[in-house]
Amino acid sequence: MKAINLDYSAATPVDEAVLQEMLPYFTEHYGNPSSGHTLGEKPREALEEARSKVGRLIGAEEPGKNQIIFTASSSEANNLAVKGIIAAGKKKGNQIITSAIEHFSILNQLKGLEKEGYEIIRLPVDKYGLIAPGLLEEAISDQTILISIQAANPEIGTIQPIDELAALARKNEIPFHTDAAAAAGGIALDVDRMGVDMLSLAGDQFYGPKGSGALFVRRGVRLRPLIEGGIQEKGLRAGTENVPAIVGLGEAARLAYETLEERAEKVAYFRDQLKESLFNEIPHLHLNGHPEKRLPRNLNISVEFVEGEALLMRLNMAGIYVSSGSSCTSQALKSSHVLEAIGLPPELAQGSLLLAPDRENRIEDIPYITEQMAQVAGLLRNMSPLYHQYLKEEKKNANLQ
Amino acid sequence: MPTYSDKVMEHFTNPRNIGEVEDADGIGEVGNPVCGDMMKFTIKVKDDRIEDVKYFTFGCGAAIAVSSMVSEMARGKTLEEALKITNKQVAEELGGLPGNKMHCSNLGADALHKAIRDYMEKQGRESNE
Ligand code: FES
Repeated sequence: MKAINLDYSAATPVDEAVLQEMLPYFTEHYGNPSSGHTLGEKPREALEEARSKVGRLIGAEEPGKNQIIFTASSSEANNLAVKGIIAAGKKKGNQIITSAIEHFSILNQLKGLEKEGYEIIRLPVDKYGLIAPGLLEEAISDQTILISIQAANPEIGTIQPIDELAALARKNEIPFHTDAAAAAGGIALDVDRMGVDMLSLAGDQFYGPKGSGALFVRRGVRLRPLIEGGIQEKGLRAGTENVPAIVGLGEAARLAYETLEERAEKVAYFRDQLKESLFNEIPHLHLNGHPEKRLPRNLNISVEFVEGEALLMRLNMAGIYVSSGSSCTSQALKSSHVLEAIGLPPELAQGSLLLAPDRENRIEDIPYITEQMAQVAGLLRNMSPLYHQYLKEEKKNANLQ
Repeated sequence: MPTYSDKVMEHFTNPRNIGEVEDADGIGEVGNPVCGDMMKFTIKVKDDRIEDVKYFTFGCGAAIAVSSMVSEMARGKTLEEALKITNKQVAEELGGLPGNKMHCSNLGADALHKAIRDYMEKQGRESNE
């Protein structure tokens, strides 16, 4: 049977070269980087090499100037950034600014902080998911202690004007954090050009292992650790380092950096061809997110009149793997907060599909994907009360004319 | 995607009785307050029995399987019997539903009962449910 993955934003496979780099650190070089003897040497070196590879991916190579703190995920990096800066308490105030479409690892911890008395401002986005810098400027006050806005949205792919937003933060001397989990490895990032003080990323988004992540911290930004203990990671994350995962993250970052343009072009081309094919063959589709300012690995569409879980299940039966932002697919039975924030009507959010292709996808598969999608959409529409209602209205309108 | 029973998958893959009966005697439309989905049942009644029953469903895999199962359970039953079909029975017949999908089974029986009551009202009868 066919197996076409269009859900690479959920996970990418570990690149073969990455795996080969990692393997010796499970066995041969198993030593503890903190050891004073010979066994600690190789792992210690490997950590620093990985650090500079990750630094290079985001334009933060200069050692000493900046810090890369290894974590187990971008969720952890996001928590370290937000909770860490608040606990450090360098800047006085009680207001944090974010956007309405952040990842849950930002939104949920801010909900908690709100209960503790912090004022959380969630900037709205336009219908494409973009944040207007003017809104941030208005929201900033002398009480603002942190601004956290994602570099790109994992669900609708919209890329934010981080440089403009961060410039406003800098002007007001407010630390700026960006969650770049969806962006890192997919588009070119440079912490200096973006002007950010902290940046989170995750290795499993670009062919590194799961359980690998990092937080970039600009020099001068003070954090308190979430995990206290030994002085690993400059005291910002206690616990013996997961050396194989970190080595894997570093190698994945190197590969991503060296092949970035080529891969982005290839993926965007596939994405555009797929989009064209689907929109040509299937009526009543709706594009979600920005037409241009979007991640190469992102096509988000709504299939009108049908529900996403049913679509997903049918496509799964055809060997095509996708995800959906419909309420029925979510554990909490709530439709995606991102789709709600861009003002998508609930019926359209119900029919939303996220197609996230990557370098493995082949142009030759597009006809099969299109054919299956058309068939599945047709089948589900045929049993949809909304579709039949639409057909009736169409008929009425035609008769009136 | 939750783990569904074989029976659910079977009905989802081959849903029975999709559509709208012609000149329906009763129509029942319900919306799901939990997730925003919809079902529409139409029935044809003869000698107090459900002679034909069809439906349209806008909803998840469970909701589609539920409507298919309800249509099978209701067909040929007397109105009295059909009114006694409970959400729980529907879920049981389907070999169980995942916890957060139980609410989808409400939709099916509710829509069917609404169609029956619609018929009874049109006949000037009271349903004693
Ligand atoms: S109809 Fe929405 S979860 Fe089943």
